[in-house]
Amino acid sequence: MTMLRLRADLLANARRFFAARDVLEVDTPILGQGVVVESAIDPISCRVGSQDRHLLCSPEGPMKRLLAAGSGSIYQFAHAFRDGEVGRRHSPEFTLLEWYRVGFDHHALMGEVEEFVRALVPSVSDAPFERRTYRSVFVESVGIDPFDTSLAEVRAACERLSVPVPATFDAGTLDDALDLLLVSHIESGLGTPTSLFVHDYPASQAALAQLRNDRDGRCVAKRFELYIAGVELANGYHELGDGVEQRRRFEQANRDREARGRPTLPIDEPLLAALDAGLPACAGVALGFDRLLMVATGAEHIDDVRGLPLE
Amino acid sequence: MASYSTSDFRKGLKVQLDREPYLIIEMEFMKPGKGQAVYKCKFRNLISGRILDKNYRSGDSIEAADVTEQSVQYLYQDGTYFHFMDPESYEQYELTKEQIGDVAKWLVEEMVCEVVFWDGSAITVTPPAHVELKVTYTEPGAKGNSTGNVQKPATLHTGAEIMVPTFINLDDVVRIDTRTGEYVERVTKS
Repeated sequence: MTMLRLRADLLANARRFFAARDVLEVDTPILGQGVVVESAIDPISCRVGSQDRHLLCSPEGPMKRLLAAGSGSIYQFAHAFRDGEVGRRHSPEFTLLEWYRVGFDHHALMGEVEEFVRALVPSVSDAPFERRTYRSVFVESVGIDPFDTSLAEVRAACERLSVPVPATFDAGTLDDALDLLLVSHIESGLGTPTSLFVHDYPASQAALAQLRNDRDGRCVAKRFELYIAGVELANGYHELGDGVEQRRRFEQANRDREARGRPTLPIDEPLLAALDAGLPACAGVALGFDRLLMVATGAEHIDDVRGLPLE
Repeated sequence: MASYSTSDFRKGLKVQLDREPYLIIEMEFMKPGKGQAVYKCKFRNLISGRILDKNYRSGDSIEAADVTEQSVQYLYQDGTYFHFMDPESYEQYELTKEQIGDVAKWLVEEMVCEVVFWDGSAITVTPPAHVELKVTYTEPGAKGNSTGNVQKPATLHTGAEIMVPTFINLDDVVRIDTRTGEYVERVTKS
């Protein structure tokens, strides 16, 4: 019951945080026909009458439609669904806190995410959150430049660091190989002792973020992730407003899915129509609310911070 | 042969790797928010006990192992084979001296053990966690040293050699933890 009370307190504090900043709470449908297509995230498919529908992986599509319609800055607590994700920090149904700030870029939003976490979890270290590029994280922790590497070099690094290499390693992409190093070696050290924003992801991992060229001419995504004590807590973008480019990325994600033997997914067409109509310049972030509670309480399993465990 | 895909992976699953049976003893699902999931598995070889770490990705699969466990009674050994019997069906099974290994030193007739079968044949045997055995040889203990802190060697009637407190005498029956090979307590005094 202590956890229920704490969860309720955190929800109330979060609502106060956004009310004080004039960010509007919204509640959008989580049942959709089309989805934000990602190569490695699966929605849960279901039927409504005779129609195929999906329980969405995040409320991103519907929220961007509201932004394009002129809602101004908005936030939402949404149950999100991701098929097959079951683990200590994963549940196929979980709670996302997603918010969008009109006029912010991703760096301004990182600042607000830091204020938010401090306001809700006072036990987080007083030191200002660090900001490091994806490239510097890899160079410093495993000696690999993710913008200039190969499957063979990543394999050699895995062997050097005693990370078992999956049998299907060579059939995967370079991003898959980097992800393997990230989750099995690098991640546990990120955000400790000081909370850490990782930003400037490779363009191939941009998802729904804008791209830019960094000082050395590398094309990077204006995307960030927040890590606290080895836990990946939030993912944010300076949001892409170009409907044509977004459609190209969704189609690419579907080709990646096909190559991996995953079913292709119907694209969220109303989202693309909203981008074509005009998304205000904005940045957005999705924060795992259950994981925030895990960080706040030191809980070892996501089921421990939800009212009831997954059935 | 049936196989398990990554979504079936869990602790306790019996699988086959390189034609040998393994048990999944730990499984961790790891996934970067936008990236490919990694299933981090720790296996124990059911024959050699060797531990193995392997990573898998969504869509990978592992062959299932046809492994079953059964309680059987130890009958006797003939120098080459150790013979066991299912007390219900009276069916008999034999394991070689090599397969029995160290377990041999705990076995007494009619003892009920757990035998693991793989593809129809017995591969390993686990004795009860605690066995009671008679001391067949030990030096007399020094007087006044009955606290149990000081130990001396003893031989049991199965041939096992263990350390016992100095107050243990010839023909005492002692309880042993077979998982550690350590003396637990005296059961009956000679």
